[in-house]
Amino acid sequence: MQAEHSSHKRDARIGKEVQSKIGQQLRALYDDVVSQGVPDRFADLLNRLDAGMADKGTRE
Amino acid sequence: MSVDPSVRDSILAAVPSLRAFAISLCGNVDRADDLVQETMLRALANIDSFQPGTNMSAWLFTILRNHFRSEYRKRRREVEDADGRYSDTLRSQPEQTGRVEFEEFREALSKLPQDQREALILVGASGFSYEEAAKICECAIGTIKSRVNRARTRLSELLSIDNADDFGPDVTTRAVLTGNDRY
Repeated sequence: MQAEHSSHKRDARIGKEVQSKIGQQLRALYDDVVSQGVPDRFADLLNRLDAGMADKGTRE
Repeated sequence: MSVDPSVRDSILAAVPSLRAFAISLCGNVDRADDLVQETMLRALANIDSFQPGTNMSAWLFTILRNHFRSEYRKRRREVEDADGRYSDTLRSQPEQTGRVEFEEFREALSKLPQDQREALILVGASGFSYEEAAKICECAIGTIKSRVNRARTRLSELLSIDNADDFGPDVTTRAVLTGNDRY
């Protein structure tokens, strides 16, 4: 029973480390895209909408 | 149509995160960018229903998610194995969806059920609180918590990590990127 108990404890500790690594990896993947900033097409889209040109279907 | 400058700025500021969310939902950059564009158009068309003073970013995420899910349902009716196609898309286009070093993790992420994946991303990467994520996903806070927990458990099984040191590069450089301040 004692061995089982300490193995559970070790599992819990490893679990915590793994969760932390998963969190870091998830944010790394996400932030890789975030760091690309705003592609031109989206700023252009807002400019076209603002200028009232969107209805004419102008596209790059 | 004229766009209020403050609305314009808020929308543009949210675009990088909306893209990251969209890519992690659909696994394809081109489709993700179409989702983001449609989200922007819908947001502007319905700007009157946005309540000033509330979180613009959360509102935009909600629009994007709803649009994605209605598209997804439509596609699933057309193509039976939409989930399989999603995984294939992810596997075949690492250069489009990000860097190759994320490949193993991305593939594991793609195997999660959609509800779990989006909950994990909103809370674990987008920096939303459980409460905000629950609003975006239109479910109870407890449901979000349980989806996030199941997602994490499943991911650690899929990645079968028995030594945390084996897992992934770039750990230290990412440590500073936590928190909600990007909103």
